[in-house]
Amino acid sequence: MADHEHDHHDHHGDHGSELSEAQLRVRALETILTEKGYVDPAALDAIVETYETRIGPRNGALVVARAWNDPVFRQALLEDASKAVAALGHISRVGDHLVAVENTPRRHNMIVCTLCSCYPWEVLGLPPIWYKSAPYRSRAVKDPRGVLADFNVELPKDTEIRVWDSTAETRFLVLPMRPEGTEGWSEERLADLVTRDSMIGTGLARKPGEIAQ
Amino acid sequence: MNGVHDMGGMDGFGKVRPEPNEPPFHATWEGRVLAMQRAMGYVGAWHIDDTRFAQETLPPQVYLAASYYWRWTLAMERNLLKRGYVTAEELAAGHALRPAKPVKEKLTRDVVQQGLARNSFFRPQQAPARFKPGDRVRTRNFHPQTHTRLPRYARDKLGVVELNHGCHAYPDSVAAGRGDDPQWLYTVVFDGREIWGPESDPALTVSIDAFEPYLEPA
Repeated sequence: MADHEHDHHDHHGDHGSELSEAQLRVRALETILTEKGYVDPAALDAIVETYETRIGPRNGALVVARAWNDPVFRQALLEDASKAVAALGHISRVGDHLVAVENTPRRHNMIVCTLCSCYPWEVLGLPPIWYKSAPYRSRAVKDPRGVLADFNVELPKDTEIRVWDSTAETRFLVLPMRPEGTEGWSEERLADLVTRDSMIGTGLARKPGEIAQ
Repeated sequence: MNGVHDMGGMDGFGKVRPEPNEPPFHATWEGRVLAMQRAMGYVGAWHIDDTRFAQETLPPQVYLAASYYWRWTLAMERNLLKRGYVTAEELAAGHALRPAKPVKEKLTRDVVQQGLARNSFFRPQQAPARFKPGDRVRTRNFHPQTHTRLPRYARDKLGVVELNHGCHAYPDSVAAGRGDDPQWLYTVVFDGREIWGPESDPALTVSIDAFEPYLEPA
């Protein structure tokens, strides 16, 4: 394989009508796997469509909003997130091993996978590129405040920062702190405050004044 | 293995650069690669740790230079070749030339949603758990050439068991082709200074999920 693995300068995008090497090689792979009967292109279409349109951070935001409004659910979520999220019913299938970790004024949680790219797909969708990149994977465990600064987030010096390295099949969801001034809000409205990054721990939930009315 | 994938604590990669309004895929082929990876997983072509190990064994300069889904592509080709699902001649020709290897039922469109559900990694316990939350442990100092999920920065370090996640398939065994060899899995937390030394942020704690063979009583 070594001869296949050198110099890939242009595999990031589809450039006009010119087929990149990556496009050609991936297309060839799909042709082979289809001809051999291992994969069904229509199923591949459905998988792509699912990740493009159906699974995203809104799933997680609704979980967080429910936890903010319902103390019984919050407790259930912190005890067994897989079970609690499955019981909500808005995510069709929740795998085992989901763990929710709660931010408090004393502790801020941040999730990373230093070894690869483990991420709670069911509640957050596909991970953003930065989450899978060397800068984040290398620095999150050693200098999380520096990483937070890259996201324009600054926390008090004495706030404990707990970094969870996802080294097994456990997946972590951060339950961010509820912003002030949101008493009486519906879950739908609260969910608009819950950003993807706030559920990874590289951001905080938005304040009411930060969203378009 | 002590590969370049084991990045925790490395310096020099620069700032984290979030991309505003990032799309799920940056090119059509990226989605196809992800879909093929999932579909081949469904037919039982490999375990998740086989995929990880195939990426880890890419030459370091290739690993670092490749975009995310390109790395998946390279690893998938390696695994397909290694396990006899395709031949090098087929990859070169861009067409099937040999009969297929028998597989379980392939993933079809009507069962995609079930097919995308995450597998459970729980396995029956082989022995009682050796540790419980609150126990002090020391992670082992080992440097296998093979796949492991104990990061280098967390080896030979004193920590405290915080959670017991039950008994799971053991990646070190799975990726070596030796089966599930189920092991207890724990969240183990370390003080930042235990890992990074006295200059570390005193308010930092880091946890890993550690399989029982990674741990010794302390």
